[in-house]
Amino acid sequence: MSTLSAGLDALHVYRQLRVLREFEDQMHAAIARGNVPGFTHLYAGEEASAVGLCAHLRATDILCSTHRAHGHYLAKGGDLEALALEIHGKEGGCCGGKGGTMHVADWSCGMWGANSIIGASVPHALGAAFAFRYRGEDGVAVSFGGDGASNQGAGFEAMNLAKVLNLPVLFVLEDNGYAETTAAGWACAGRPVDRAAGFGIPGVEVDGTDVVDVWTKLGEGVRLARAGQGPSFFHVRVPLFHGHYEGDPETYRAPGEVKRLREEADCLKKFRARILGAGQADATALDRIDGECAARVAAALAKAQAAPFPAPATLTTDVYAKA
Amino acid sequence: MSIKTTRDAIREALASEMERDARVFLIGEDIAGGMGAPGEQDAWGGVFGVTKGLLARFGRERVVDTPISETAFLGLGIGAANAGLRPVVEIMFVDFFGVCFDQVLNNMAKFRYMYGGQGATPITVRTTYGAGYGAAGQHSQTLYPIFAHIPGIKIALPSNAYDAKGLLAAAIRDDDPVLFFEHKAIYDQSAEVPDEAYALPFGEAAVIAEGGDCCVVAFGNMVNVARQALPLLEQEGIAVTLVDPRTIAPLDVDTIVEAIEECGRLVVVDEASPVCSMASEIAALAATHCPTALKAPVVKVNPPAVPVPFSPALEAAYLPGAADIVAAVKRAMQGTPVRTRSA
Repeated sequence: MSTLSAGLDALHVYRQLRVLREFEDQMHAAIARGNVPGFTHLYAGEEASAVGLCAHLRATDILCSTHRAHGHYLAKGGDLEALALEIHGKEGGCCGGKGGTMHVADWSCGMWGANSIIGASVPHALGAAFAFRYRGEDGVAVSFGGDGASNQGAGFEAMNLAKVLNLPVLFVLEDNGYAETTAAGWACAGRPVDRAAGFGIPGVEVDGTDVVDVWTKLGEGVRLARAGQGPSFFHVRVPLFHGHYEGDPETYRAPGEVKRLREEADCLKKFRARILGAGQADATALDRIDGECAARVAAALAKAQAAPFPAPATLTTDVYAKA
Repeated sequence: MSIKTTRDAIREALASEMERDARVFLIGEDIAGGMGAPGEQDAWGGVFGVTKGLLARFGRERVVDTPISETAFLGLGIGAANAGLRPVVEIMFVDFFGVCFDQVLNNMAKFRYMYGGQGATPITVRTTYGAGYGAAGQHSQTLYPIFAHIPGIKIALPSNAYDAKGLLAAAIRDDDPVLFFEHKAIYDQSAEVPDEAYALPFGEAAVIAEGGDCCVVAFGNMVNVARQALPLLEQEGIAVTLVDPRTIAPLDVDTIVEAIEECGRLVVVDEASPVCSMASEIAALAATHCPTALKAPVVKVNPPAVPVPFSPALEAAYLPGAADIVAAVKRAMQGTPVRTRSA
C-alpha cells in the first residue's frame, strides 16, 4: 500500500466520502418507505469524484452540476439540512422547495445547481470562468456531466469555445456506465479523452474508485486553470450502486453486478483500507467518523420529514426580481 | 436631441451602458467581425452594423466575437450573468434560437425560481426578427409569442428608435433575463432621440393615437404599419386608438383593457403566425376582461399560418400591410354586435 500524496487531508476526505455515502444510503431507505416526493437519482458509489475534486476548490469557485447532484452539493460545501429539506419539498429547503432533488443548489458556496437537462449546464461553467477572467480573478469553474451528457452537443460546443477563449474550466465526465438504461460502451463512439484531444484539450483518464487518483489528477487540472492555462477534461469511471433513479428495477444490469461493484469498486472501502494501511488513521477514529456522519444524516432527514411544506403563497414568488 | 436611426440609437444605448457599468459586455457572432481573420478588425460590427465601432472603444475583452455556436455562447452569457456580469448576447436572427432554445426555456428563464430566488441571471439577449427581406423561411420569422409563453423572462419589442434606446438601457439594468426583439425594418427608420442615456420602464404601453372609434393594438414593426393605416381610416371618418405595448412581458394589461373598453371595438395586428400569437392573447384579454364593452367581434390581423416565403410577390402577400389593417378596422366597425345573453 502506497503512502498518501502530500497535502491530502485523509480524515477530511474520509469524512466527506462517508457523509455523502450515508446521505444517499439513508435517502434510499427513506424513499423505500415512501415518504419522499419526486424522482431521486442517488450518487452512491461515485463519491470519490466529487470529494477528490472539491478538496481543491474554494467556496468562490463555481460548480455546475447534473440531475445526480446530492454529492456535488455536499462536497462543494452545501448545507446538509437544507439539502434534506429540499429533497422532501419542505420549507427551509435550499431552493425553498421549488427545485427539489434534481435542482439542488447553494450559490453561497459556489454550487450553482443541479440541472436536470442533460448537458445544459456545461456552457454555464464557461460563463463562470469568463467572469473570473473578466475580473482578473484566479477562480476556476467545473462542469460535471455523466456519460449520457457526453453525447450532447452542448458539451462539444462548450469544449470548443472554452479552448478558443482559453477559459479556466474543468470538464469532468462521471462515467457510471449507464445513461438511464443504455450502456455507455454502446452509446459513446470513441474514447472520451480522444474527443477532448480533438479540441486540443488535455484529456485524462481517472479511476473514480480511487479518491487519491481523482485528487491528484483533477488537482492538476485546477492548478492549470488557476494558472491561466485553459481547460482540461477528465474521464472519471465510477460505479453506480443504486439504479438510475430510485424505483428503477435495474433490469438492464448483469446478474450480481451491483454486488460485485460494491465489493470491488467501493471508493470508501478502498480509501479506508488505504489510510489504515498507511497508518494515517486508526480504525477507532474512522468508526467514530462513521457514527457521527450517520447520526448527522439521520437527524437531517428526520428534521426534513417533520418539517412543514412551503406556504402556498410562495408559489408565485421568485419568478422575477420584483413581484 | 437629434434625429437618429434605430441602429444608431441601439448602439448609443449599448455604448452608454458599457460606459456607466464595467460589468456590461457584448458577445455574439461577428458583433465586431474579422476576429482572427487577415483583414479589417471590426469588419462588420454585426450583420446589421448595429455594434460597429464598439470594438475600437471597448476592446476585445468587452466586445467578444464567437464561433457559430449559439448554445455555447448563450450558455456562457447565462453563466456570466449568474456570476454578476451584465452580458448582452446577440443571437443574429430569432430563427437561430432553434439551436439554443434549451438555454432560454430551461435555463435562463428558470434559475431564479427553480433555485428559490438565491441568484439572479441579469442577461440581455438581443435578436432580430421579421419578414420583408427575401430571406425566406429560416431568417424571417416573428417568434416572440413562443418566448412570451415562458415565465421568468422579460420581452421588449420596440417599434421605434426612441423606445429602442430607452428599453435597451432598461433591459441591461434589469436584474432579470430580457429578450430584446429588433425588427430589421426599424434599423433604418429615424426618430428624435436624446443624446443622453435614459431608461424606459417595462410594462408601460404607449398610446400613439386616441381616436376612440376602434382600438388597434399592434406589436413591434406592425405599429409602424398601423400608423400608415391611420390617415387612410381618417379619410373614411374612422378615428383609431393605437396602442403599442412596447413590452409583452410584462404586458400593460390596464392600458390595453382601458383602450378596448373606450372603443368597444378591437383589431390586433401581429406579424407572428396566427396560432397562439400575441394577437390571440390580446383577443383573449378582450374576452376575459371586456366582455360587456365589445360591440363587435375582435379582428385579428396576422400573416397566414405558413412559413415565410422567398419570392417578393409571395412575401408581399404574406406580410400584413396598411390595407389589411384598414380592411380589418372597417370590419370591426361594421361587425355584428356581440350578442349578450339576456338575464
